[in-house]
This record gives sequence, structure tokens and C-alpha cells, in this order.
Amino acid sequence: MSQVSRARPYMNPYLAGTLLGIVLFLAFFITGSGLGASGGLNRLLVYVQNEVNPEHIDQVAYLLKMAGGNANPLDSWIVFLTIGTIAGGLISGLLGRRMKFETNKGPQISNGTRWVMAFIGGALMGYGARLARGCTSGQALSGGAVLSVGSWAFMFAVFAGAYALAYFFRKFWN
Amino acid sequence: MASFPLPLAELFGHWGSYAVYAVIGIAFGMTLESAGFGNSKLLAAQFYFKDMRVFKVMFTAIIVAMTLVFLSSSLGLLDYNLIWVPPTYLWPGIVGGLIMGVGFIVGGFCPGTSLVGLATGKIDAVMFVIGVLFGIFMFGETVGNFATFFDSSDMGRFTLPELFNASYGVVVLSIVVVALALFVVAEKVEAMVNERPQQVLPGWSKPAAGALVALAAVALVIGQPSNADRWQAIEAEAQAKLNNREVQIAPAELLKYIDDTKIKIVLLDVRDERDYNQFHIRGALHLPLEKVQEKARELQFELANTVFVTMSNDEAAATEAWKILKAESLPNAYILEGGINNWLNTYAAESLGEDDRVAMKQPDQLAYKFNAATGSRHPAAEPSPHFLNLKYEPKVILELKRAPTSGGCG
Repeated sequence: MSQVSRARPYMNPYLAGTLLGIVLFLAFFITGSGLGASGGLNRLLVYVQNEVNPEHIDQVAYLLKMAGGNANPLDSWIVFLTIGTIAGGLISGLLGRRMKFETNKGPQISNGTRWVMAFIGGALMGYGARLARGCTSGQALSGGAVLSVGSWAFMFAVFAGAYALAYFFRKFWN
Repeated sequence: MASFPLPLAELFGHWGSYAVYAVIGIAFGMTLESAGFGNSKLLAAQFYFKDMRVFKVMFTAIIVAMTLVFLSSSLGLLDYNLIWVPPTYLWPGIVGGLIMGVGFIVGGFCPGTSLVGLATGKIDAVMFVIGVLFGIFMFGETVGNFATFFDSSDMGRFTLPELFNASYGVVVLSIVVVALALFVVAEKVEAMVNERPQQVLPGWSKPAAGALVALAAVALVIGQPSNADRWQAIEAEAQAKLNNREVQIAPAELLKYIDDTKIKIVLLDVRDERDYNQFHIRGALHLPLEKVQEKARELQFELANTVFVTMSNDEAAATEAWKILKAESLPNAYILEGGINNWLNTYAAESLGEDDRVAMKQPDQLAYKFNAATGSRHPAAEPSPHFLNLKYEPKVILELKRAPTSGGCG
């Protein structure tokens, strides 16, 4: 990975949004289902769990659905969507010369603090996404576009949760 | 509508079809990264009103995709009934959303954006992804303790137009207009918070916004296809099946499937309440014709090994119900051949004789009289297993379910 100083600027948000909308529409048009991210991560995790401790999988109803018996948790389109997403990010990062090992954070905190925060935030995200049966991509974006009531309620809840606590975390970002 | 969604597994094979999803994923990842969503600082800036990129990208994507989906649906290019609409579990969704909101401001990413952050070398994104995996792991371990809440407030496939009792066109156009207005506000807020003049939008943005409103208006004017429109689109093929008697199954075939534990049978009795109370097959659901269309949406959620059988006294009303179900894209729908009268002729010979027959004054009328409202207590409501040897011409061909059974989060 090369450290490139002349990173190209990000795309205009409305243009990026339009492209994202077209990708989302094509996903619906071709497959009937939208986009997602947490489902793929979930199945990758269950795959590892199943390798490490298969008896445990067979005891937990929630995991059993994905990996019980001979079911292969990776045998799902969501997994391939997720792998594609990572590959797409890599391609776009290379084209935009934005590949760089770095930690993005506010100037007042150390890298270590940022990493711990990222882990805690990620854990909350992962937990919440499973509880809400979807993440920002699968529920808010995909479900929002096809007018699911639950997805819109979920979307407002995400923004509400983040805005409600933003003030208390201002030192971490500004 | 015959080829929606594309039968990917038939076209490319089981694993080959996954390549299509990988390509969609690549396009998804590229747009997320180009939008700046690999950078947690930019994402978090949304919540300090400094850079409302998250809101702009997300809502632009939603209104573009939404308009295209419903425009295609009104033009008959895609079938909204077969689109995955995440089912509404209101309270688990809201609580999960709030937790995620907190995770967003603490961690700086959401799961999708963290993937592109990870792909471009952002170390905080790597930590975030590890956190997500840990959170998912913890959920799997703890969900057993609150399974009731997790499955509570299940409203099924529930859409905004149903909530507001408005047409799809009106809701779509309203959301587009409101979102565009909010973009104008977002530009002003950004300028204010950053104490700078408003950014000049690219020249194409106004024509593009106008075009989107126009497309949404076209979708509104054409309207979403009614059940009658949908029937018209499939009439040639479906009417031929009716005429060739490919979908009318004999009482003996129905009995075999009722007995078969591998197949789930849903019996839809569309007669009036009086006839239903006089006699019905055990387990049959009383469903008046006018409610069939509404019920069809719920029936889409049944497992893939479900066979739906409509029935009336003869076949007229059952055929009407079948047409409605077919038009709503419900797979594996059949009609009981000769209706309840034929069923009684077949299975009630011991208890109902010629004396119990009534004069047939109108079509699709119950051919027997009962001394009491026997409902499903009549012996013929659950015929004895010795009838299982009856011969019949098999007609049920299980059709693969076309509607997706899970979305991107399954």
C-alpha cells in the first residue's frame, strides 16, 4: 500500500447519492432484495464459531438457523455482497489515491482512545443491528426506499440516538 | 413480469449466482468509498452539522432508488409484491436503532461504511469491524433472554402508504419533495455552522432534482397496478391453465397433501359464512372474496413448501379467488375441483344420502342440507385415512418461491 499525498477529493454527495440510489435500484431490479452489510459479517462470524465450537451452534436457536447440522453459513448471497463491498471500497480507494494506513479522529484524543471508542461503537452497532434486524444499509437504505414503516422508524431512531449523544462526545471528534 | 426477480440460480448456477451479488457489492462499495464514507471524521461531522454528507448521500440514494422502483412497478417492469420489504418489528427496530445511533457517534461508522474504511486502510475502521463482530457475537449469546421482545410488535410487511392510507404515488412524490427541501436547508445549515458562504451546487443539480420530481409525478399519474391490471398481465397464460384444468386438484389429491407432513396446506374457503358454518374442511380458513387480495400479501410470508387451495361450493367463487391470488404473484395456488360439493360426494357418502340433497337453484350453491351447523365436526371434514388410496390425476407442481425470504441483513 503506497502512501499517496495527492488524494483525489471525495465525490459530490448528491452525485454519490444518485449513483448509490441507482446501485440500490439495480439490486432490487435484478435480485428482488436490496443491499446490506451486517448480515454478511454475521455469517462470517458464525462460520468461525462453527469451526471453533460446533456443539455450541447446535444449542443456540438463533445460530442454528444459519449453521446447524450441515448448513454452511457462507452459502448465502449476503456473504458475497459483503465481500464485493470490501473489494469495491478497495478499488475506489486505489482509483482515488486514498489508500492510506491512518486513524481518523478528533485532534484532542490519542490513537489508542480512538481505537477503543471504535471497538465499543462497533460492538453497539453490531448488537443494535441484530436487534433491529438490519443495519443502516439493509434497513434504513433498502427498507426506506421500498417504504417499509419499520425501516423509517428505525432510521429516525438511529439519527435520534446519535444526535442525542453528540454533545457529550464532541471532544472526541472536534 | 414473468422474469422478475431474475432466476439467477437457474441462469448461472447456485454459486455462479453469487457472482452477481459480488458485482453488486463492488458497485456498492465503490459508491460508499467515493462518497467519503470510509472516513469516520466525515461521518461524525454529520452530527455536529458541519458536513451533512451522510444525510445528503443517504436521502439522495433513497429517493432515487424509491422513484425508480415505483416507476418500474407502475410500468409493469418489476413486481413490488416480490420485492423484499423488511418486515416491521416496531419496538425491537426502534430500540436497536437507538443503540446503533449511540454506536454511530461513539464509533464513527456504521457496518457498511466500516467495510470500505477497512478496505482503504483506516485502522479505526478495522477496530470498528472487530467491535461489530463482537457485538453480533454477544447478540447471538444473549437474544435467548429476551426472545419475546425480539419478536414483539410484528406487523409483517407494512408500508408507509398503508400507514397513511394514501396511494404509493402520493407518498413517493411527497418524500421526494420533502427530501429536496431538506437538502436546501442542509446547505444553509452547513454554511451557518462553518461560518462560510453557501457552497455553489453543480450546474446539473437543479435539472436532476427536477427530473426526479417529474419521474415521481409520472409514477403517480400512471399509478401502481391494481389487482385487475396484474391479472391482465398474466391472463393469457393463467386462463389457459384454468381452461386446461391444470390447477383444479381432485379431493383425493388434496387429501393426500393434507396428510403429507412435508407439505403445508393452506385451505381458503371463500363461501359465505352460513355455508362455512354448515360444513367446512378441518383447518380451512374462512376468507370472503373481498378479503382475498389483502390476505395474499400475508400469505407471501408462508414457507416455500406451502400449497394454497381455494374452495367454494362448486368452482366459480374459488376460481375468482384463485385469479386474485395469481395476480398477486402468490406461488403454488390451486382450486379444489368441484368444490365442497365434490368433496362431500367423495367423502360423505356414508352420512349424506340422496335425501340430504337440495334442489340446485343457483350456480356454486351447497348441494346438501345439514341438520345443524356442523362446521368441521362433520366426519367428512377430516376424512378417514382409508380414503388415501383413492386414485387421482396429480396436478400439483411445487413452484420455487420467487419472492426473496430475507434482505441484506438476514
